[in-house]
Amino acid sequence: MSLRIVVCVKYVPDATGDRQFTEDLTVNRDDVDGLLSELDEYAVEQALQISENSDDDVEITVLTVGPEDAKDALRKALSMGADKAIHVEDDDLHGTDVMGTSLVLAKAIEKAGYDLVITGMASTDGTMGVLPAILAERLGVPQATLLSEVKVEDGTVTGRRDGDSASEQLQASLPALVSVTDQSGEARYPSFKGIMAAKKKPVESWDLEDLEIEADEVGLEGSWTAVDSAAQRPARTAGTIVKDEGEGGKQLAEFLAGQKFI
Amino acid sequence: MAEVLVYVDHVDGAVRKPTLELLTLARRIGEPVAVALGAGADATAAVLAEHGAVKVLTADAPEFAEYLVVPKVDALQAAYDAVSPAAVLVPSSAEGKEIAARLAVRIGSGIITDAVDLEAGDEGPVATQSAFAASFTTKSRVSKGTPVITVKPNSAPVEAAPAAGAVEALAVTFGALATGTKVTGRTPRESTGRPELTEAAIVVSGGRGVNGAENFGIIEELADSLGAAVGASRAAVDAGWYPHTNQVGQTGKSVSPQLYIASGISGAIQHRAGMQTSKTIVAINKDAEAPIFDLVDYGVVGDLFAVVPQLTAEIKARKG
Ligand SMILES: Cc1cc2nc3c(=O)[nH]c(=O)nc-3n(C[C@H](O)[C@H](O)[C@H](O)COP(=O)(O)OP(=O)(O)OC[C@H]3O[C@@H](n4cnc5c(N)ncnc54)[C@H](O)[C@@H]3O)c2cc1C
Ligand SMILES: Nc1ncnc2c1ncn2[C@@H]1O[C@H](COP(=O)(O)O)[C@@H](O)[C@H]1O
Repeated sequence: MSLRIVVCVKYVPDATGDRQFTEDLTVNRDDVDGLLSELDEYAVEQALQISENSDDDVEITVLTVGPEDAKDALRKALSMGADKAIHVEDDDLHGTDVMGTSLVLAKAIEKAGYDLVITGMASTDGTMGVLPAILAERLGVPQATLLSEVKVEDGTVTGRRDGDSASEQLQASLPALVSVTDQSGEARYPSFKGIMAAKKKPVESWDLEDLEIEADEVGLEGSWTAVDSAAQRPARTAGTIVKDEGEGGKQLAEFLAGQKFI
Repeated sequence: MAEVLVYVDHVDGAVRKPTLELLTLARRIGEPVAVALGAGADATAAVLAEHGAVKVLTADAPEFAEYLVVPKVDALQAAYDAVSPAAVLVPSSAEGKEIAARLAVRIGSGIITDAVDLEAGDEGPVATQSAFAASFTTKSRVSKGTPVITVKPNSAPVEAAPAAGAVEALAVTFGALATGTKVTGRTPRESTGRPELTEAAIVVSGGRGVNGAENFGIIEELADSLGAAVGASRAAVDAGWYPHTNQVGQTGKSVSPQLYIASGISGAIQHRAGMQTSKTIVAINKDAEAPIFDLVDYGVVGDLFAVVPQLTAEIKARKG
């Protein structure tokens, strides 16, 4: 038996950098260093663990939709241990929103062929966290999302979803889509050997034509939402800071009373 | 007046506060029609009517509890087809966002998630969102289809606005995907008796500085003296000192209370992402250089083991 896993990974601006919008109100991806979204490392890690715990012949493909530099994210995933990569890149993709991105990902996943799709819980730049559900809808497969524990056995995926009011045990038949949280287990660091091996692993490049998607279905023009304005939040006015010299708790209580919290 | 669908988050008929806030926002753009699903759906009607729902569409079926998300999408879509609303509003919980997103694909609409405010505009409702760990505020619209918008807790006041709130049964046919993901087990989260983290007016959080599960008692005592919810940084959660359901930040809950008190938390960007929109921010940290102090209205540089108990005692004394 074989098991084909596609892991969706996103290349994002470093959250610790000074993230800004560009003039057309899209995320500025030039002035802040990019990297493989940390939350997608968890998805790669779970794919590797599923592979390691399986008797099947598992093939892990990492897939990204993004600019030229997004190849860095693919390289990192390959150096962690994924087998091959697909990079969907096209000038017409600039400014694509979640509906467009999910369309491109769905077509690419179908073209690649899959039994299991794994994504992160959310991207660290957009942080919508809705792409996995949309992808499951578009692919027409079960969604087992926000799992903090995942297992694949005999064509069935099971996992634990820790929700607001309950922790749920989920079960679905393959093909299926899974998203994993940052509670699913620390992602491994690429080894030196892994980094060297990654250089020889295949990275395919596809554009919109390869996926039979028209330019007006994606990009800023094809976007289903419009951002009218983006304003930097005014810096918070500097607060009062006191050093505790034995009365810090009482001083704080005085402040809270003044603000009518007590 | 155009109708606006409001998806109701409730537990066995008890409507959660964010849904009542949605009704306030819905009334700014039209007449709220509520959709309540699952066990206890009918029992939600009275409180929804008090807050402005002109109609309450209800449906119950075992599928809602036995399978993940999709049966609820089928039901919301049935409501959408029945009402042809001007917009669909859904609470921004993890599940709410998934339901909204799948509905949006099906009806060919754009989606806006995690709005913190909503107003009527010439080209449809305009949503305010926070971006990049709340360092930016954006205003956006859905430009294709019927706007589907998810709204964060604490985004609007709860207002009384009595309306008819007539209950109508919603006919739902489940599609082939509805039974795709089976819920084979469910362990309800134990109630702590404290307010819900995302809904609380005051949140008291502890971080790595709390230094041990056994010490979280002093954070809880402070919280209880203020009637607050308890939060934790990821460092405290990862160390196993406090449950993940209480984590505040990018991969935890996003909170926006009137008052946020951080003890022994440095203020990393991922933590700030979940609390930066709090109205008043207070921190206790022994490191005067900790980035959390850039955010505070009032900060105490000191040992939390001295400051927090003194604060708690003082609050209790003042409250009598
Ligand atoms: C993808 C990703 C997602 C993340 N998501 C989240 C998230 O959702 N939430 C989150 O919180 N973090 C998140 N993080 C982690 C985040 O980067 C920080 O590591 C974390 O917030 C640090 O927690 P802390 O402030 O408690 O610990 P530290 O940074 O170690 O800070 C502890 C603070 O306590 C102070 N202190 C120590 N002892 C005392 C004392 N006795 N009295 C007073 N002060 C004391 C210290 O001076 C220090 O400032 C995420 C990271 C990544 C990469
Ligand atoms: N451009 C992209 N390319 C590949 N995967 C993506 C992309 N955008 C989002 N994803 C995947 O979808 C998940 C959720 O993203 P989001 O809904 O944008 O928060 C991420 O963790 C990724 O696994």
